[in-house]
Amino acid sequence: MKAIFLLIILSLILAAGFLAAFFWAVRSGQYDDDYTPSVRILFDDDTTGKSSVTNEKQ
Amino acid sequence: MAQVDKFQYDNDIVRKFLIASVVFGIIGMIVGLWVALQLIWPDLNFGIPFTTFGRIRPLHTNAVIFAFVGNGIFMGVYYSLPRLLKTPMWSKALSNFHFWGWQAIILAAAVTLPLGITSAHEYAELEWPIDLAIAVVWIAFGLNMFMTILKRREQHLYVAIWFYIATWVTVTMLHVGNNIEVPVSLWKSYPVAAGVQDALIQWWYGHNAVAFFLTTPYLGLMYYFMPKAANRPVYSYRLSIIHFWALIFIYIWAGPHHLLYTSLPDWAQSLGTVFSVMLIAPSWGGMLNGLLTLRGAWDRVRQDPVLKFLVVAITAYGMATFEGPMLSVKSVNAISHYTDWTIGHVHVGALGWNGFLTFGIMYWLIPRMYRTKLYSTQLANTHFWIGTLGILFYAIPMYWSGWTQALMWKQFTPDGYLKYANFLETVTQLRWFYIARALGGLMFLSGVFIMAYNLIKTARAGSFLAHEDAEAPPLAAHVTHKGEYWHKWIERRPVPFLLVSLVAVVIGGIIEIFPMALIKSNVPKIESVAPYTPLELEGRDIYIREGCMGCHSQMVRPFRSETERYGEYSKSGEYIYDRPFLWGSKRTGPDLHREGRGNKNSKSDAWHYNHMVVPQTMSPGSIMPAYPWLAKNELNTSRTADKIKVLKMLGTPYPQGYEQIAVQDLQKQAAQIAESMRKDGVQDDKLEQREIVALVAYLQRLGTDIIPKARAESK
Ligand code: HEC
Repeated sequence: MKAIFLLIILSLILAAGFLAAFFWAVRSGQYDDDYTPSVRILFDDDTTGKSSVTNEKQ
Repeated sequence: MAQVDKFQYDNDIVRKFLIASVVFGIIGMIVGLWVALQLIWPDLNFGIPFTTFGRIRPLHTNAVIFAFVGNGIFMGVYYSLPRLLKTPMWSKALSNFHFWGWQAIILAAAVTLPLGITSAHEYAELEWPIDLAIAVVWIAFGLNMFMTILKRREQHLYVAIWFYIATWVTVTMLHVGNNIEVPVSLWKSYPVAAGVQDALIQWWYGHNAVAFFLTTPYLGLMYYFMPKAANRPVYSYRLSIIHFWALIFIYIWAGPHHLLYTSLPDWAQSLGTVFSVMLIAPSWGGMLNGLLTLRGAWDRVRQDPVLKFLVVAITAYGMATFEGPMLSVKSVNAISHYTDWTIGHVHVGALGWNGFLTFGIMYWLIPRMYRTKLYSTQLANTHFWIGTLGILFYAIPMYWSGWTQALMWKQFTPDGYLKYANFLETVTQLRWFYIARALGGLMFLSGVFIMAYNLIKTARAGSFLAHEDAEAPPLAAHVTHKGEYWHKWIERRPVPFLLVSLVAVVIGGIIEIFPMALIKSNVPKIESVAPYTPLELEGRDIYIREGCMGCHSQMVRPFRSETERYGEYSKSGEYIYDRPFLWGSKRTGPDLHREGRGNKNSKSDAWHYNHMVVPQTMSPGSIMPAYPWLAKNELNTSRTADKIKVLKMLGTPYPQGYEQIAVQDLQKQAAQIAESMRKDGVQDDKLEQREIVALVAYLQRLGTDIIPKARAESK
C-alpha cells in the first residue's frame, strides 16, 4: 500500500508545518494576550459604516 | 504614536463575491432540486444526455461547494482579513483576477460536466486543464492573502486568520495530490494511481475537502462575524485558539472513515475511526464557543435575523460533527454507508452550517456596505423559518429512507434467504421519502429567493460604499525577545509557516510524480486479474462519462447480506487496473461489481441492451434513467490507441505494440457481442459500432476475473 505511506508522509509533513507555525505563534508572543484581540475586532471598522440593525454602536 | 496611516478597504470585491455566491447558490440549488426530482420521475431529464442524473449530480455538488460556498468564503475573507489586519488587500489586481478567474472556472465546470467530461473523482470531477486553472487562481488568492498578512498593521493574527491560512495551505496540497493524472487528450486523462490506491487518495482528498473547504474557512468566518453581529467578544478567545490547533492536527487523519469495510487494510480503517471519534472534542468546543458568545444576549436573537441564522448554523455544525464521528464507527457505518443517511448527513452540514452561515453574513454585510437598514426584517424572518423547515423536511426523510433501505438490504427470512432479494423493491419503497426531500429542498430554495429580493431592495435603498476609509498607526518596529537569534528572523515573517508548508507540498508533489512508486504496490496480486480489453476500456469510459457511479457502487462488502445478494466480496487485487477506481459512494441502484458474465446475477447481453434503452421494460418502476442514445451513437475509437499507450506507460501490462492492433481487437469483440444480442432479438444493422456494445462488454467483464475459468466457460 504505497499510497497509504505517501499520504501519511504528506500528512505528517503538513502536520510538521503546522507544528512549526504553532511554535512560531507561541514564541513570538501571538498568544501572550488571549483576551484583548477578541475585543479589539469589535472596534475595527466603525470609522464610517452607518449602523445596521444589529450594530448598537454610534 | 503620532503618525496615523490612512487607507481604504475595498468593498467592491466583497460585493462581487457576494453576488456571485447568491447567483450560483440559486443555480446550484435549482440543479439540486432537479436532481432530486429525477429520482422520483426519471423522465424529467427530458431524454437529453446532458441533463441525466449521472451528469448533473456532479454539476449540483460542484456548484454548491465551489461556486456558492467558495464565493461565500472569499466574500467573508476579503471583508474580514483587511479589517483584522488593518490594511487593504495587498493587490487589487490580484483580487479581481481571483474573482474573474474563479467565475471562469465555474463556467468551465458548468459546460464540461453536462458534456460528460469528468475524472470520476467525487468533488474533483473537473478535468486536467481546469485543474490547472484552479491551481493558478488559488495561488493568486494565496499570494494576495499572504502579502496582506505581511503588510499588516496589527501584530496579532486573529484566530480567524489562522483558519484561512490552514484552508489555503491544505487545499493546495489536496488539490495537487488528488489530481495527479496523465492526459490522453485535452479532455480526458487517467490518474496515476489505480484501484485501492486511487480510492485512498480520493477519500483522503474528499474528506479533507469537507474539512478544509467547507469547515475551516467557515469557522474562521464564524469567529469573525459571530462576535461582530452580536457585538460582543467570542466567549473564550483561548478556547478558539485551542479549537484551531486541535482541529487541524486531528482532521487530516480521519479520511479512511469513507472506506470502512472496503478492501482497504484494517489498520488504516481503524486509524480513520479513532481520529474521527477524537474530532468530536475540538468540534464541540468550537460550537459551544460560538453559541456562548451570545451569553446574556439571547433576547437579541429573537429580534435579529442575522443572529438567528448564525445560531442555527452553529447548531447544525454541532449536529453534523457529532454525527460524523458516529458514522465513522464501523458498526454504524455498516448500516449507513451507501444509503441516503449519508445524503441526510451532508445536507445538515451544507444547508445548515454553510448555507445559514452564508445567509447570516450576507444579511449583515449588505446593510453595512450600503449604509442603510435591512429592507425587511420580516422577510428575513420568513426566510429563516422556511429555510429551517426546509432543512428538517430534507434531513428527516433522508435519515428515515437510509434506515429503511439499510434494513431492507439486510433483512433475511427465517429460512435464511434475503427477504427483499429483488433490489428494485428497496428502491420503489423510498419514493415518498424522495418526494418529501424534494419538498424540503424547494422550501430551502424559496428562502434563498426571498433573501435575494430582500438584499436587492436593501441595496436599492442605500448607497454603496465601494471604498471605506480607515486609519491605523503603522506597526511598531518589532521588539526583539531575548531568545535565540533565529527567532528574530522568524518573528518578522509570519510566513515561515507558509514556506514550510509549501516545501511540504512540493516534496509531496515530487514523491507523487514518480509514478512507479505508486504502481508497484503490494496490493495482493491475483494471477487471473487481467487488463481490460480495448472494447471494455471504451465501455468503462462511457460508464464514467454517463456518471453511472453516482448511483452504482462497485464494492461488495464482506457481509452475508451482500455476498448473498451480489456474490463473492470484492478483493483489492481485483482493481489493480482500474483507472480511475469506480467504487462509488451511493447505492441508488444495486452494486455492479459482480454484474459480469458468469456471476450469480449475470444477465444476457440483450437484457442489458434492453435495460439500458428503457430500464423500466426489464425492471418496472425503476428510477434508473434511460440511455437510448447509447444505442444510436457510434463508438469513437479514434483515441483508443492513445488510451492504451497511456495506460501502458502507467504500468498496465498490455503487450508490446498493442496499441496498433487495439482497434482491431475491439471490433472483433464488438462483433461477438452484437451477434449474441441479435440472437436474442436486438435489431440494428450497425449494432457492432454502437456505444452500447462497448458498455455491455464492460458490464459483462465486471468482477469476472476471479471466477475459475472452467465455470465461466460452462455458463
Ligand atoms: C438515478 C440512478 C441511476 C443511474 C444514474 C444509473 N442507474 Fe443503473 N440502476 C438504477 C436502479 C435504481 C437500478 C435497479 C432497478 C433496475 O434494474 O433498473 C439499476 C439497475 C442497473 C442494472 C441492473 C443490475 C442488476 O443486476 O439488476 C445495471 C446493469 C445498471 N443499472 C447499469 C447502469 C449503467 C451502465 C448506468 C450508466 C450508464 C446506470 N446504471 C446509471 C439506478 C441508476
